[in-house]
Amino acid sequence: MARVKVGLGRRLVTPEGVALDLRLASAGTRAGAFIVDALLMLGILLGVTLALLAFHASFGGSLGNVMIVLWLLGFFLLRNFYFILGESGGRAATLGKRVMKLRVVARDGGRLTGGAIVARNLMREIEVFLPLTFLAVAGSRGMADQWVAALGLSWTALFLFFPLFNRDRLRAGDLIAGTWVIETGRRRIGADLMRGATEHRIEFGPHELAIYGQYELQRLEEVLRRGEASAMAAVADTIRAKLNRYDVPGDEVFLDAYYRALRRHLERRLLFGVRKRDKFDTA
Amino acid sequence: MTDAIFTPDHFRAEREGDWARLESLLNRVEKGSARKLSEVELVELPRLYRAALSALSIARATSLDADLIGYLEQLSTRAYFLLYSAREPWGRSVLRFFARDWPAAVRGLVPELLLSVFLFFAAAAAGYALILADPGWFDAIVPPGVANGRNPQAGVQFLRGTLYDAPREGGLEIFATALFTHNAQISILVFALGFAFGVPTMLLLASNGALLGAFYAVYIPKGLGWGLTGWLSIHGTTEITAIILSAAAGFHIGRAVAFPGERSRLAAAKAAGERAALVMIGVVVMLLIAGLLEGFGRQLVRTDDGRFAIAATMLALWTSYFAFGGRRRGAR
Repeated sequence: MARVKVGLGRRLVTPEGVALDLRLASAGTRAGAFIVDALLMLGILLGVTLALLAFHASFGGSLGNVMIVLWLLGFFLLRNFYFILGESGGRAATLGKRVMKLRVVARDGGRLTGGAIVARNLMREIEVFLPLTFLAVAGSRGMADQWVAALGLSWTALFLFFPLFNRDRLRAGDLIAGTWVIETGRRRIGADLMRGATEHRIEFGPHELAIYGQYELQRLEEVLRRGEASAMAAVADTIRAKLNRYDVPGDEVFLDAYYRALRRHLERRLLFGVRKRDKFDTA
Repeated sequence: MTDAIFTPDHFRAEREGDWARLESLLNRVEKGSARKLSEVELVELPRLYRAALSALSIARATSLDADLIGYLEQLSTRAYFLLYSAREPWGRSVLRFFARDWPAAVRGLVPELLLSVFLFFAAAAAGYALILADPGWFDAIVPPGVANGRNPQAGVQFLRGTLYDAPREGGLEIFATALFTHNAQISILVFALGFAFGVPTMLLLASNGALLGAFYAVYIPKGLGWGLTGWLSIHGTTEITAIILSAAAGFHIGRAVAFPGERSRLAAAKAAGERAALVMIGVVVMLLIAGLLEGFGRQLVRTDDGRFAIAATMLALWTSYFAFGGRRRGAR
């Protein structure tokens, strides 16, 4: 296949020379993370405002000026530094991104510098706050202003929906900061399917093991790990028909035995440098 | 020879302990306790990472266990970013910012700075000339909320009062804070708009310059030009420098996106973005100082001489800092 792959998978070669497969976050996940962050910021703003008001009341109004100064500074810091602080941490992710299991990384795989974090987040000014401003104007003023606001809104929508127009899902901020956002889902290591006793000695002949390849083996692995009776029954029926063997009654016992035999067979051939990718592969 | 010299079962059983150990170290570091790792653990972390990477390579080549390969893949990726993407400690990066990065980043913007200075003062001159020719322009250039009665029809006494009168009782701290947050927000907007090839940045910068020119056109005919300069420059030498810097930072990214030169567009944008961001952090600091000077300094120092002394000092400080700060001995 000579076509360029346009999926979200990306390859990063470490300095040790091993290629790691990264997965870029989809636009939907990014939007989800942003909504979580936006709600959180709104919550913080509300909480701090109420707390300051409560303080103000309890001091009998004598510290009004200090409260206003604190509120103004707090609002400014929240608006501009919430994202910067969140992404400066060890996990390079705001709380919203953590919830969605994302993190920011430098596109070249190198160090994520403070300058890059600041650059990507200051751009939110035109991606988020400018459209919001136009939206507010459109909602409040007269006809002439509404037209201006509508024009402004469609102009800023260009920045807002920027990630949808490139295959790396880059925001304007990502573009100038040299960053992108990847998924960091964690997974536990599953049980070792080859370990444990095999009390049932079921032998499979070479012609029976030559039918399937790596792809089918790994689908079988999924079925075994999931352990759903109906799925196993369907798969077992298919394999039995293919092998024309009906001597083992239990589906799970049969599939387990066949998985072990097939994997041992294919892995041994792998050591000799032959990889049979799927059942159509004649290697 | 038996067939058990190398099998994936051994492979996994031998290494599983190391992987679990790496995972627990990663969990601890990600919770923010990298300092709490002992010296042994700090040495262990990269070793375990390399072991996981080599296990991944072996598993890819010899194992057909998709689950195992997937697990090693994400473990290695996590460890990679933790080891290679780690940031400097805060204290050191703040120190380096003021000692070297900020002035160096500003020196990287010289062409854009010249353009910004030219645009700002050309717009100021245009605003001045327009209003002298036809005072009707004043309302078009200056929003009524900003003018506050200081228009071409205002009397000399009133205008003199706006420059030298004592402030009304209290509220200076609110005034200073509001000035700072407003100006900083505008400068960030000016910077971010640079992404649209710098065009909106030019408009914003020019409208700010025209505003300045418009006020001069009100005060100079009344013989108060010198006083207005004192009133403006006590914070203006800091604030206008900051605004010009933020516009230059915006032009810098706009130029990199529009005309990347020999590098790829993405590479050019990245280099420009990082430098411009450093300048912008500095701009926020400058505007904080300008807010204090405007909110407190101007209201408390009400003589022209005092104001000019502060203004000139600040200007000299900034220019010498940006021109010479952080240059290494022997380098350029």
